[in-house]
Amino acid sequence: MTFQDAPDAKIPVPRGPVPVVPPPRPRRAVELTIDGQSVAVPEGATLLEAARQIGIDTPTLCFLENLTPVNVCRICVVEVEGSRTLVPACSRKAEPGMVVHTDSERVRLSRRMVLELLGSSVDLSTAPQIAGYMERYDAHPERFGPPAPPARDHERDLARPGHHPAPHNGQTATGGQPVKVDNELYVRDYSKCILCYKCVEACGTDAQNTFAIALAGRGFEARISTEYDVPLPDSACVYCGNCIGVCPTGALMFKSEFDLRQAEAWDESRQTATDTICPYCGVGCTLTVHVQDEKIVKVTSPIDHDVTNGHLCIKGRFGWEFVNRRE
Amino acid sequence: MEETDLVILWGSNAREAHPIFFHHVLKAIHRGARLYAVDPRKTTSAQWAVPGTGHLPLYVGTDIPLANAIAREILAAGLENRSFIENATSGFEEYRRSVEPWTLERAELITGVPAEQIRELAHAYARADRAVLCWTLGITEHHNAVDNVRALINLSLLTGHVGRYGSGVCPLRGQNNVQGGGDMGALPDRLPGFQHVENDALRAKFERVWGVAIPPKGGWHLSGMFEAMEHGEMTALYVIGENPANSEADQHRTVRLLSGLETLVVQDMLLTATAELADVVLPAAAGWCESEGTVTNSERRVQRVRQALPPPPGVRDDVEILCDLARRMGHDLGNPTAEELWNELRALSPAHAGMSWTRLEAEDGLQWPCYDESHPGELYLHGRLWARPVIGPRAPFKAVEHDPPVDELTDEFPIRLTTGRHLDSYNTGVQTGLFASPMRKGGTVDLHPEDGWRLGVAEGDRVRVTSRRGSVVAPVRFDSGLRPGLAFMTLHYPDQVATNELTIDAVDPGSGTSEFKATAVRIEPVENAQLAGKQETHGSALHRPRA
Amino acid sequence: MDLHFTAHEPDPEEMEAVDRLLSGLPLNGHRRQYLLPVLHAIQDRKGWISPGALNYACQRLEVPPAEAFGVADFYALFQTRPHPPVTVHVCDDIACHARGAEALCAEVRTALGPEGESRDGHATWHRSPCLGLCERAPAALVVAAGDPPRDQALAPATGGDVLSAAVGVAIPQPDLAASVPQIGQPGLKLLARVGRIDPTSLDDYRAAGGFLALRRAFEMGPAAVVREVVESKLVGRGGAAFPTGIKWQGARSAALPRYLVCNADESEPGTFKDRVLMENDPFALIEAMTIAGFATGCEKGFLYLRGEYPLALARIENALQRCRERGFLGEDILGDGVRFDIELRRGAGAYICGEETALMNSLEGRRGEPRNKPPFPTEAGLFGQPTVINNVETLVNVLPIVIEGGKAFAAIGTERSTGPKLFCVSGHVKRPGVYEAPFGITLGELIDLAGGFGGTGRIQAILLGGAAGAFVTPDHLDAPLTFEGTRAIGATLGSAVVMPFDDTVDLRQILRRIAQFFRDESCGQCVPCRVGTVRQEELLHRLATDRPLGSLAAELALLKELGQAMRDASICGLGQTASGAIESALARLPIYQEKTL
Repeated sequence: MTFQDAPDAKIPVPRGPVPVVPPPRPRRAVELTIDGQSVAVPEGATLLEAARQIGIDTPTLCFLENLTPVNVCRICVVEVEGSRTLVPACSRKAEPGMVVHTDSERVRLSRRMVLELLGSSVDLSTAPQIAGYMERYDAHPERFGPPAPPARDHERDLARPGHHPAPHNGQTATGGQPVKVDNELYVRDYSKCILCYKCVEACGTDAQNTFAIALAGRGFEARISTEYDVPLPDSACVYCGNCIGVCPTGALMFKSEFDLRQAEAWDESRQTATDTICPYCGVGCTLTVHVQDEKIVKVTSPIDHDVTNGHLCIKGRFGWEFVNRRE
Repeated sequence: MEETDLVILWGSNAREAHPIFFHHVLKAIHRGARLYAVDPRKTTSAQWAVPGTGHLPLYVGTDIPLANAIAREILAAGLENRSFIENATSGFEEYRRSVEPWTLERAELITGVPAEQIRELAHAYARADRAVLCWTLGITEHHNAVDNVRALINLSLLTGHVGRYGSGVCPLRGQNNVQGGGDMGALPDRLPGFQHVENDALRAKFERVWGVAIPPKGGWHLSGMFEAMEHGEMTALYVIGENPANSEADQHRTVRLLSGLETLVVQDMLLTATAELADVVLPAAAGWCESEGTVTNSERRVQRVRQALPPPPGVRDDVEILCDLARRMGHDLGNPTAEELWNELRALSPAHAGMSWTRLEAEDGLQWPCYDESHPGELYLHGRLWARPVIGPRAPFKAVEHDPPVDELTDEFPIRLTTGRHLDSYNTGVQTGLFASPMRKGGTVDLHPEDGWRLGVAEGDRVRVTSRRGSVVAPVRFDSGLRPGLAFMTLHYPDQVATNELTIDAVDPGSGTSEFKATAVRIEPVENAQLAGKQETHGSALHRPRA
Repeated sequence: MDLHFTAHEPDPEEMEAVDRLLSGLPLNGHRRQYLLPVLHAIQDRKGWISPGALNYACQRLEVPPAEAFGVADFYALFQTRPHPPVTVHVCDDIACHARGAEALCAEVRTALGPEGESRDGHATWHRSPCLGLCERAPAALVVAAGDPPRDQALAPATGGDVLSAAVGVAIPQPDLAASVPQIGQPGLKLLARVGRIDPTSLDDYRAAGGFLALRRAFEMGPAAVVREVVESKLVGRGGAAFPTGIKWQGARSAALPRYLVCNADESEPGTFKDRVLMENDPFALIEAMTIAGFATGCEKGFLYLRGEYPLALARIENALQRCRERGFLGEDILGDGVRFDIELRRGAGAYICGEETALMNSLEGRRGEPRNKPPFPTEAGLFGQPTVINNVETLVNVLPIVIEGGKAFAAIGTERSTGPKLFCVSGHVKRPGVYEAPFGITLGELIDLAGGFGGTGRIQAILLGGAAGAFVTPDHLDAPLTFEGTRAIGATLGSAVVMPFDDTVDLRQILRRIAQFFRDESCGQCVPCRVGTVRQEELLHRLATDRPLGSLAAELALLKELGQAMRDASICGLGQTASGAIESALARLPIYQEKTL
């Protein structure tokens, strides 16, 4: 061994070259026309990205930047000339020469109907974003008739695929059902679920890879469920809460928020949100700490933070109780 | 990490201990990367390894034989990175000779890992275009921790898997600011920015700014302090945000020594077991959400922590307490803000010089070294080893030899007990014990079902676990991810099961870390009647909210 | 993966059923594809899929239990809650409705008790969508778990037969002539062997010209086979009418490996032609698939068979076995070094799996939810690989194309609809059944072929193309049955369903049943279809029960909007066509007028 080569701990190591990240794969430009404006986007970009690039605000529900597009809500549909049906902007890739209309009569009708269909079947009371869309598209869910009373506890979980009770009394079927409260960390109120698949994706390969929940049932009885509807503590759930983080309607809710709402004490106007770093392991996850009345009421993570991509683990998401418990 | 081709997790259960880091590993796996897990237990991390062969279940404390055998196989197959070795390393010949005896067959005998799996990992690692080797406490909580780390670094030097995009070595830090603590000089021999206290020029720089004389010799690390207490050389201790009464190996000895101090001051946000022993307790704010400052994560990223809420009445920020204390001791340090303290650091530590407060805010953290404001921070270290000629000193191979765990297995203590973390809990449970985790398993001793059958116990039955130092009673949980003869406990529930009454304080001389991962124990069933009168564990209400 | 399981344990029978199915299968890579077969094995053995059995299946296949449950719970033939071993599925869909389904349901209710309940714990019954036995309506399917399981399709079914079958008695079924009145007629191309050979005998098949086309195809080489298919102008017979030759051409330049899939998930209400082919000429389908595999460079084919077809299942299983024994499938077919084999997979009661991308998801062991297109299967299909997917009848047409040449084939039928065609005639005609006729036969001629209108003879409406098709009236009898001819009268040929309804049928109930069908069969993935089909059914229910919300005009306007949104914004053909037949009926037929409400 050549000892003269060995680094001496007492002498600082000299400065080396600045690390290089391999450049991204070059992407060709694709030119298309959206609402009469021509726009160039990199190959592989979606119509949603292209529309956003020129400032067109396309409504989305099941789309989230950190998840794979599933294009199921269909609120983002746009008209592409030459296409028999409307196409989902969130997942359809831009192609050269495409002529796209994002606000045609057909588009507006489909968007309005999607909103009315959701509004007539789902409790959207904690989904302010959708309320905004309703106004924008002049949606009137009530025109399908009065809602049927909510299902009994677990009734919807026992539905058989391919079978359903006949419509009754001119009432409209809904997903109404009691809230599932089976642990102290978060609740599941599937009356508010629009089946956007985001929670399943976050629990699955897009983030947590735990697969505790999946789609079960079929058709209008399709639902998010553990196997055989077992309570979360019996399931594979590891309480990372990433499903709550991506839920757009408040169907999945921190128990802390749920309890405050039940007590009519939840007040976002009195809340602050502060970004800091998780106190646990050394990964360095950014936590957004939501505080009301000098108590932590929930913790989230910014979706654009490249350590977390918005996702946390049980400790970061829920391990703050000790701060509140001191007096 | 996400763009690497091969990941080795060695002595690391990142799936539970570093869950969000593991998300990035999973992304790599979904992109086609292969994962190998070297761990005595088939952990939840190991379950993501290459099916069939990706989990290498070595005997506890045989990391060096395994690493040396991998090295020998790489050399025997001619897969070493010759050009990197010649250009950027030193000590190769001696290293080559030292691994020569470690044939696959011998390694299989010593480590318990089938030769074919060792061979597969050696070839996969050496052939991978990009490979990352990560480790955690499975490597470092041993009496020969530094040698273990060197054995792994040797592998990265042998293959050139260091200092390139997607290739490197990565010790996963267990605590949110254990890296930052070291960066800031909370090491016995370093000043902030890893500047050696025994380097006169560097020390002088600090002395100029601080206006005090700094002792020119390194101090004690944690285990050294306990040695010093034992010898009466240390009689006063000021503990900030640490719970040694629960977290140190050989708890009986720890508590005895802490209790024997003339003065024990504990500054903490909760009334820990250590605080219960203290003469003075200084209630401190929760650094991560009740004060301003920075932490540094495992990727050397300096990140801002911010005050989200005020501390409870009577509870103060750590800096405030320290400055006040200094004032009472006759040194007025003023009332520096976090930003002012940071700027002082930037002035003294070249690695942090480029990280202005504004940049830290704007760029979502910066990785050191970051020498000036135009420097982007370094995504990975050791790129200098790829410069031709190499910049700075060559990276040395260091031959290391097998040295089995200190706590020997005998007929009296035939079971190997190892320790680790659960997903929902953290260290001694001071913080995590206070939220209602539906997953909390409580303090258990985990056994392979076969061992349970041999002992005649069922899941949930209580057993007595006895080591050469202590004895605890705990319920049994079965885990077929263990091997017969291997038991597992956590340190999360010191109130229920004081695992550290069992562990050994055999300490690595370099790092000062104890051999938490290897204790020799015997396990006996406990009759219920016998249990009634006998509770071995401490029953104090450690975490009660402070008035 | 770090999977987590509940504490439920399988019983020995369940374990044995799973182990037997998986023994000898290569459990690597795409092992999840065996999920559906494993679930069938458990269902067949026990009559339901218990949590313990599901856990065991998931351990063997490394599938998360929540996902596997979601798959099991997707299919109507799988029971995920404790269930009697015998289940009777009684069809109450439109064809059977017109021919006594409600009376049959009443008889079964008397015998077995209310729907879904069981008096003795041994048997229960459920209403079912179309069972594909429309020519012999009313129909029932008796499914009896055990080792071996005993499934019987009964048509026409009586309450007595159902009860006997439920206790294991084999009920003789009518002669094949009841399904194929043209048996033995000269000039048939697709039905030539049906009823003329023993469908279980490979030698009979060979004696009747079997495997000549395969031999010819090997002589010609793959490129020439594709050229003939292009020249024949053959288009898909499943409903979408995509040119087969173009599909095959595209596949030939796609990446490897490629897969061939035969879509035998025939479940469009009123459709039964593929069933008749598979039951009575199974070797022809295997030969045709082998040619398709050879021509497109696929070494592996999957045959996805509708779960409600027990006889077709037995016949195809047998035929595959015989072909493997005799070297007509395997590593070296006909000694020509061609490698091709077929895996048979059963559906489990989901109309949506007839949609090609839903079918692929189902094959992969996932829920039968359609995928967004593009990418199309020829680029990224089964297991993400390029995939050629063709319907049964489409494939069987390849045999005459190879033997007689594409030109000769193209001379049959019309310029744009070439070749012979199978029609599924049911409802009120004198002789329901599968009929082969060249494209271009008029609707009236076809009805004459089937003996003329039946029932009262006073026909209100004729459904063309199935539930996803359209209603026409007796005014349209001169319309030629071609893709272009049906389009010209605002209809669609679809799967070639022709179903007249006489004046005893309450069309309001037919429309409501169609709406119910789509609501039940929607996979639930996209909002327009998941909720739209519910609202459509509710609306038709309101109309059928004379309780409109506001005026009839307002209801019809709402229905129209609903239809447009489903057509425009649904992911797949199910939602896109869910309102077609209903809208056509309301536009053409005097079903609802202000005074009727």
